[in-house]
Amino acid sequence: MTIRRTWIWLTYLVFALLLIAPLVKIVLGAWENGIQGLIDGLTRPEALHALMMTGIIVVVVTIINTGFGIMLALYLVRAQWIGPRMKRLLNSIVDLPFAVSPVIGGLMIVLLLGPQTVIGALFEDAGLKIVYALPGMILATLFVTFPIMVREVMPVLQEIGAQQEEAASTLGAYSWYTFWKVTWPSIRWGVIYGVVLTVARSLGEFGAVLVVSGNIMNKTQTATTLVYQDVENFNVVAANGIALVLAAFSVGLLLLMEWAKKRKEVH
Amino acid sequence: MHIEVRNLNKSFGDFHAVKDVSFDIEKGKLIGLLGPSGGGKTSILRMLAGLETPTSGDIVFHGQRVNDLPPQERGIGFVFQNYALFKHMSVYDNIAFGLKVKKQTKEQIRERVMYLVELTGLKGFEHRYPHQLSGGQRQRVAFARALAPEPQLLLLDEPFAAIDAKIRTELRTWLKEMIERLGITSIFVTHDQDEAIEVADEIMIISKGRLEQKGSPWDIYKNPETPFVASFIGESSIVENLSELRGFEDASNVAGTKALIRPEYIEIGRAGEIKLASASMPAVVKHLHFRGSEWMVELAVGDTKLITYRSLEKEVLHPGEEVNVLVHRAYLFNDQTSWVLENPLKVDPMPIHI
Repeated sequence: MTIRRTWIWLTYLVFALLLIAPLVKIVLGAWENGIQGLIDGLTRPEALHALMMTGIIVVVVTIINTGFGIMLALYLVRAQWIGPRMKRLLNSIVDLPFAVSPVIGGLMIVLLLGPQTVIGALFEDAGLKIVYALPGMILATLFVTFPIMVREVMPVLQEIGAQQEEAASTLGAYSWYTFWKVTWPSIRWGVIYGVVLTVARSLGEFGAVLVVSGNIMNKTQTATTLVYQDVENFNVVAANGIALVLAAFSVGLLLLMEWAKKRKEVH
Repeated sequence: MHIEVRNLNKSFGDFHAVKDVSFDIEKGKLIGLLGPSGGGKTSILRMLAGLETPTSGDIVFHGQRVNDLPPQERGIGFVFQNYALFKHMSVYDNIAFGLKVKKQTKEQIRERVMYLVELTGLKGFEHRYPHQLSGGQRQRVAFARALAPEPQLLLLDEPFAAIDAKIRTELRTWLKEMIERLGITSIFVTHDQDEAIEVADEIMIISKGRLEQKGSPWDIYKNPETPFVASFIGESSIVENLSELRGFEDASNVAGTKALIRPEYIEIGRAGEIKLASASMPAVVKHLHFRGSEWMVELAVGDTKLITYRSLEKEVLHPGEEVNVLVHRAYLFNDQTSWVLENPLKVDPMPIHI
């Protein structure tokens, strides 16, 4: 009995140390200089710019990943023109970003599209800077979040099977109509769950973005890399303020996720 | 619609699912595709629908080759084995789907859907969702949905497989009547011979991707063209040693000839019960099984085992009892050919001429 109780207490302790304490510390830290300190920290031009950058990346990445992820999931599950072996290969490649460290993902983009490379130079001549600029940061985040949507939608598609879609086709409906009227209602909660996860992941992405962006203040700095820089500069209160904003967002997403998960199970 | 299929083949990788199948179907007929599971029936049906592309061969509707037409343009209705109802749509919206695709007006759609709801006995259920319906009701919705766009050909894949036995017979009769009333050419797939015999105008027996025989249920029962058909339709026992069967000894002259004998071809009785005593032979009752409405009797004639039925009205037999057996006819086959042989001894050996 006592052993069991010890284990229970230990669990609580680890939970508190790992999750609760840092969160409390962030909240308290953010309020250290009162509300004014928090507002000052957040309204610095570099902070506003960083939050804006994060916002842009989240929106763009989520839109691209949702569209492309659903499409790829549909192809991987339904397409008959892709051979089974090819499907298996693609299926394992999809998981690559989960297996590779984000920093390495970022490095791959620099090596491939950096200013010194052929492709990078070509784009630069055309007036489009990729690495050390927004496009590269979006690419890096896309790379990191790529598997999420595919992995959320694929099992749902597999579970519902192709028969409803085949039924729609024998009733005269073509693919676009069938997708919106038949497939979409079945997968939408999976998609919403995938969107929430993608937003959360791209909001918090650090490594890949840090490598690709060069972390230039007021230019290519995101909220997470700003927190990193603030900590480096011993500007702990400001770092806590931005961390609080990110944490609040994440908690909100978490609640949304729970709700989406419940709906996903219902349907 | 008149359907012609010529030399149809379908392979899935190394697996040859449909082998050189050809047939014709007249307008308005109700056809049953019957055969063991995994025999290629569903593949044939799906190719007719355009859901699967033939490896080779032609599918012709109304004299027009439709191989390259997508399912959307073939004018067919398809009822899936598990119905494949749109689960997030009400019964009304399910049935209306094909009409909405055709961009009919709201009034037209309403009129057609309500007509079909009435026809299929689903009145009052229009606003239910598929998960709120019983198996039989779902089947009716699937049927109504397939009929809504007025297809020329109705294809049904194991339409009764997912329904419990009691309602199945009821639904079978209902479907047959419904299809007769609408006069629509229909093909259904089944592995249940009772179902095929009861419902279909014509049966096509499919085994291992080949069309074994096509004909009316009675034809197929009476004149099976291949040993497979003979053994698949009805019950039967196979006799390898023909010299033990009285009346069929001559057939054993050709080596390798076997006989297939149905229970209803066999008459049994105690001594004196069979009129044509000269054609009968002695046998021993091995086992008796009560089958609800009759006795199934297992007999041994020498080393040969035969199965027959005996009415409950007759005196009950007992295992070990000696009886007389008359085999009226047998379906004989060897590697080259097959034929039906009536027992030659049934002709009265001493006819009296007046």
